[in-house]
Amino acid sequence: MFQNKDTYTFLLDGKTIPFTEEQTIIQAAMAAGEYIPHLCFNPEFKPHGSCKICTVSANGRQTASCTQQPQAGMVVESNTPQINGERLALLQMLFVEGNHFCPSCEKSGDCQLQATAYEMNMMSSHFDHFFPDRPVDASHPEYLLDFNRCILCSLCVRASSDVDGKDVFSLAGRGIKTRLIVNAESGRLADTNFSGDDKAAHVCPVGVIIKKRVGFAVPIGQRSFDEHPISFTPHPALKDN
Amino acid sequence: MQVPVKPKLKIATTSLAGCFGCHMSFLDIDERLFDLIELAEFDRSPFTDIKHCGPCDIGLIEGGLCNAENVHVLREFRANCKTLVAVGACAINGGLPAQRNHLSIATVLTEIYHTQHGLVGGFIPNDPELPLPLNQVHPIHEVVKIDYFIPGCPPSGEAIWKVLTDLIAGREPDLSHGLMQFD
Ligand code: SF4
Ligand code: SF4
Repeated sequence: MFQNKDTYTFLLDGKTIPFTEEQTIIQAAMAAGEYIPHLCFNPEFKPHGSCKICTVSANGRQTASCTQQPQAGMVVESNTPQINGERLALLQMLFVEGNHFCPSCEKSGDCQLQATAYEMNMMSSHFDHFFPDRPVDASHPEYLLDFNRCILCSLCVRASSDVDGKDVFSLAGRGIKTRLIVNAESGRLADTNFSGDDKAAHVCPVGVIIKKRVGFAVPIGQRSFDEHPISFTPHPALKDN
Repeated sequence: MQVPVKPKLKIATTSLAGCFGCHMSFLDIDERLFDLIELAEFDRSPFTDIKHCGPCDIGLIEGGLCNAENVHVLREFRANCKTLVAVGACAINGGLPAQRNHLSIATVLTEIYHTQHGLVGGFIPNDPELPLPLNQVHPIHEVVKIDYFIPGCPPSGEAIWKVLTDLIAGREPDLSHGLMQFD
């Protein structure tokens, strides 16, 4: 079957999605206004493929839709009970690995982890909680780092190195011991050249990189995902399109 | 022939390591309490002051587990309630009390009863009637099977009402956007 190069399409949950050669499945879906749950993917950055929340079934094979390129006529399934069930389990593992006390988190209501958990109908964290000990770094005059909530998405790492040219953050260790570290001999944010103008200060999808003295200026209940579910909220980078 | 009267459902409620906020939120169903007592009566609950739970249809648990007595009460509820519901953040993930979990119990007690300002001559309470604290605060699903969860700190009266009416009607409880809140 002949298909014009400019009008390649695939099927996402039965809907026809056009794509270009440069796009991955999630990029084409987002451009078409379709939501595939994701955390470590951000349309402004090169896909990282680590959180696996965006997993879809593409022609019957499960794959991360942020890194997988579509093919013409591909049949992609995303919003199915089985795939959403797997996403739910991944989310629950993220919740128990860290310390997520949403009622006292300044990101609550604007947090992608929480909003995605709402989307996947996460009523409980199901697994036993790790309750790890992860001290907060409040050394910087303008920003604090609450590592308890880090989901290791590497967006701050990518922003700091690719956009800011600074390498303030890095992921260290492997497997369950992976953690976010700050590039200073002391390990403290105050001893880096991090600044509030950095892209890295504004990409964290959860409540780790927090601007001080803002707190609950916008009250709980009036925040972005209180207004609309995340599936109806276009990513800020795509809002103007 | 007389139609047999359908027996009322029995509901029990308790607060473990919680702040009673979830119970206050329950009272926010306001005049719908009158509808509820048409359908159900309360067994053990702060509303009745009954001290032990008998056989019940629905048990609502607020708060996590911070001491040995909490564990006993939770097990009593599980043994007696056909359906057990975790209500609120503390029951579901330990909540605010669990923020002591990275500290040793000795550090916490010393800080509260000795170190803080104005505690000269203070001592750590040791009355044998006091339940022993657990070394960490735990969510209730880590100890008994929980059938349903109502997230929120506290969940709104609307959310509690929705789950209760779903359960009473024999439907699978379902919280839509706006009723499902972790904060
Ligand atoms: S980062 Fe998100 S999920 Fe974690 S405590 Fe904050 S609001 Fe909740
Ligand atoms: S601090 Fe935020 S942006 Fe950085 S890795 Fe952790 S969750 Fe991702």
